[in-house]
Amino acid sequence: MSDNLTLPAQKGSTDTSKETLLEVKGLTKHFPIYGGFPIKRKVGAVQAVDGVDLTVGVGESVGLVGESGCGKSTTGRLITRLLEPTAGKITYLGKDITRASRRQLAPVRSEIQMIFQDPYSSLNPRQTVGTIIKSPMEVNGIEPEGGREKKVRELLELVGLNPEHYNRFPHEFSGGQRQRIGVARALALNPKLIVADEPVSALDVSIQAQVVNLLQKVQQELGIAFLFIAHDLAIVRHFSQRVAVMYLGKVVEVGDRDSIYNRPRHPYTHALLSAVPEVAIDDEAEDRERIRLYGDVPSPISPPSGCRFRTRCWKAQDKCASEEPPLVQISGNRDGHLTACHFPEDPTTEARAEDVVLDPALKALEKDAAGESGPKVTKG
Amino acid sequence: MTTLTKTEDAPAPSGSESFLSVRDLRVQFSTEDGIVKAVDGLSFDVERGKTLGIVGESGSGKSVTNLTILGLHNPRTSTIDGEILLDGKELVTATEKELEQLRGNKMAMIFQDPLTALSPYYTVGRQLSEPYMKHKGASKKEAKDRAIQMLEKVGIPQPKVRFDDYPHQFSGGMRQRAMIAMSLMCDPDLLIADEPTTALDVTVQAQILDLLKDLQQEFGSAIIFITHDLGVISHMADDLLVMYAGRAVERGSVKEVLHEPKHPYTWGLLSSMPRLDGDIHEMLTPIPGTPPSLLNPPTGCRFHPRCAFTGEVMGTLCTDTRPPLADGRASACHLTAEQKQTIFIDKIQPRLR
Amino acid sequence: MLQFIIRRLAGAVVTLFLIGAATFFLFVAAPSDYASLACGRDCSAARLEDIREALGLNLPIAQQFWQFMSGIVTGRDFPDGHCAAPCLGQSFHSGDMVWDTIIDRFPTTLTLTAGGAICFLVIGVGAGMLAAYRRGSMLDKVATGASMVLSSFQIYFLGPIVLVIFVYSTGLMEDPKYTPITEDPVAWFIGMSIPVVVMATIFTAQYTRMARAAMIEQLAEEHVRTARAKGMSKKYVFFRYAWRGSMIPIVTVLGIDISSMLGGAVVTEITFSLQGIGRLAVEGAGSKDLPLTMGVMMFGAFFILMVNILTDIAYAYIDPRVRLS
Repeated sequence: MSDNLTLPAQKGSTDTSKETLLEVKGLTKHFPIYGGFPIKRKVGAVQAVDGVDLTVGVGESVGLVGESGCGKSTTGRLITRLLEPTAGKITYLGKDITRASRRQLAPVRSEIQMIFQDPYSSLNPRQTVGTIIKSPMEVNGIEPEGGREKKVRELLELVGLNPEHYNRFPHEFSGGQRQRIGVARALALNPKLIVADEPVSALDVSIQAQVVNLLQKVQQELGIAFLFIAHDLAIVRHFSQRVAVMYLGKVVEVGDRDSIYNRPRHPYTHALLSAVPEVAIDDEAEDRERIRLYGDVPSPISPPSGCRFRTRCWKAQDKCASEEPPLVQISGNRDGHLTACHFPEDPTTEARAEDVVLDPALKALEKDAAGESGPKVTKG
Repeated sequence: MTTLTKTEDAPAPSGSESFLSVRDLRVQFSTEDGIVKAVDGLSFDVERGKTLGIVGESGSGKSVTNLTILGLHNPRTSTIDGEILLDGKELVTATEKELEQLRGNKMAMIFQDPLTALSPYYTVGRQLSEPYMKHKGASKKEAKDRAIQMLEKVGIPQPKVRFDDYPHQFSGGMRQRAMIAMSLMCDPDLLIADEPTTALDVTVQAQILDLLKDLQQEFGSAIIFITHDLGVISHMADDLLVMYAGRAVERGSVKEVLHEPKHPYTWGLLSSMPRLDGDIHEMLTPIPGTPPSLLNPPTGCRFHPRCAFTGEVMGTLCTDTRPPLADGRASACHLTAEQKQTIFIDKIQPRLR
Repeated sequence: MLQFIIRRLAGAVVTLFLIGAATFFLFVAAPSDYASLACGRDCSAARLEDIREALGLNLPIAQQFWQFMSGIVTGRDFPDGHCAAPCLGQSFHSGDMVWDTIIDRFPTTLTLTAGGAICFLVIGVGAGMLAAYRRGSMLDKVATGASMVLSSFQIYFLGPIVLVIFVYSTGLMEDPKYTPITEDPVAWFIGMSIPVVVMATIFTAQYTRMARAAMIEQLAEEHVRTARAKGMSKKYVFFRYAWRGSMIPIVTVLGIDISSMLGGAVVTEITFSLQGIGRLAVEGAGSKDLPLTMGVMMFGAFFILMVNILTDIAYAYIDPRVRLS
């Protein structure tokens, strides 16, 4: 079924190397808040996603990273149309599906599938594994060669489960195996794009790698494009060719893997990378820069004006409050590496002459320590 | 039993510096499905002012161990055997009253999720003051002053105002800071931190980890830091204990365990984690299978059903004999020292690049 | 908080009006009416018309409704006298003012409710919390077992048995009856003790189970464990930390029970032949007495709404997350 959908390349695609499968422009989702007295009215909105631009090429895997409340999960749900966007445009293979009706959407829906975070609650406990994997085919009236049951058994085998377990119930499987069931269900309709929302974060460390490898196998062997949403930067790096970094509903930086991880420009990307706790296998691993922000992400109900990161940024100036930085290619960046920052950082993650520590408590404690015992010895 | 209360001055049994000493600890729970052997013959020591990291996955017994140290297990359903000596005081046989005197005072705990771990019904200030008033006999006013001082220390802005706020009025990171402030109120000698940053975002986690480390320097508490994240532990701990299915499988200094791991499970953990500077073309090497049920754990070495190296061990040692864990730098595995070294250098180390 | 209460009170007035409207129009839509019932078998059209006129049933329905509703606020004048402000009309059947009848009957119902509520809270919740505190002990097992058995009883089963034992066969006590507390407090207490105790026994058992379950749930909460980890004593943690949270389900159910009992504890009243609000409602509906039925409905609805508001205020008192959001 994959042959009839080869379409001409997209105009306006930011990624020139591949055909565009999915293009998102100005995607916005505001969840209204009601309140007030005596008559309830809309008093505000949670600006979960605010003008996100994103493209996913055919067979490409794109990572979407950010901290809680950055809108990455909402973006995934908007793309799979589990949520209705407030504004913006979603184009799938050249077709605008933003406002498509249920019926118009049906063929596209089967090609965009989703894998959820929680393998415990995303499977119906009263259905057998066979029924769970089969149901997307039934709903979409798809009758694969050799029958649905045969297809389900093939899928079970593909995701590394025993096809004999066709008639078992989800509770008879471990967390990792359940996530495999979720993957099999997503594959049942031969999708072209899978939106994976934190697919491994609920799993134990030793199991995470199993599922990551499975997804990688699926992505490479079946040529399925992935939008891989996760907060774990190392896993996203491992899995994705391109990565978008989100902060408070906006994409602040997007680019190829190497650019984002080794040549980041946005201060937030720097802070995020610097915060990742890495196993220090070698001593030189401590050559990374140290940036410690202060406090949590502000509320998306009333995000800061201008650049949304400015309230936690060490480079912020007046301009950042008054003018929202556009997501553009800064000089020195590679093609496709876009950054939304007025005062970008140097493209390196190496240790600075002086650590960036914004946390007043940390600053005070480290000053005390340094005052008492000469040079600071907190590293390692 | 009564004689035990008189042993305060007795020296700790092993290691002159060890301040907390756990010996052959066994914890069993009776459940409807049978007996869960949550912790099975665990021994470790924590030195004064040092941090012991305990790493393990869910069901490894790491959290149970620490609830047992505090005596917070359910006495109706659990059976405890072995010895826990805190500064020479035996905790397993201690009375509830004695434990109450120690908890929050000599030993304090930081829990994983500060949202559920702080009571929604009382102000942060009150929850901070309580242990100080109880253990130090402080007045309300003194406790308040101390609480505000601690809130300031952990970086909560406007501590005087925030003293009267409820936990739900704090953001996630600030809540965990308040929790840390609470644990430090009585200047404890031992701090148990059970996955203290798992519920937090990565940039907030980095703040909290550094804060804990800096506070430790100032307060000089020993810390038991429990986590599933090897990255976190490599920054936090001095010594490391790797747990699997209720047993310790490897121990040593952080550097030793992470640079030259000697147990197949530790190898597995390290090679299943992607690294920020790892080779992207290399597939991850997961540990096959799933952690065992502790209702019916595997015989012999509990890791043997998932271990790739049982073939290199003579006979049926792995399936029928529990590998011992020696004191000091050690791993509980039947492979010989040379085998461990060869396998690590030839097969494991290349994957960790 | 004040704004919240005002908002809720305004909502309650609207709700009360809607309940009145629904009752009225449902009643009117029913196939038989009081006039033809009162007119009897050999009823002439003229006589029927006279009765209808005397009762005001000849007026358009909307006007009848309006008369009733406005009477609550302003009072009404009837041929045989004035009906003061919270006027709920004049009973078709007895010709008495409905408000007066309700006020006459209300103390009986109030006694049942208050007596019940005290038993629920003191004995029921107390036993449940004690059982949770000593979980697994003999006391817990007895309390759980007894409450299981008792809560499966019904008033119309337990009531007659108690009456037979204490009144009819042994003569230890007299038939239950209501004596106003202002007249003779001792007679009031003795007369109402059997109904209150029987009713309370059954409900109390439910409160025991509920309180025990709520308490055990709270004791498993992480913040309760944190309090223990701080070195607070078991008792302190139990009564300071766990207790607060367990009150929420109890307040919820207590609110529902009290408000429905104030509107009339029908089964209890009938079982013990007491003249309370519940019986009045049954009488009113049975005899197609529109004002009486409306009056009792509105009276009961008023309490349901008021207790609802009180319950919400109690939530806010218990839980600062409710209060501060």
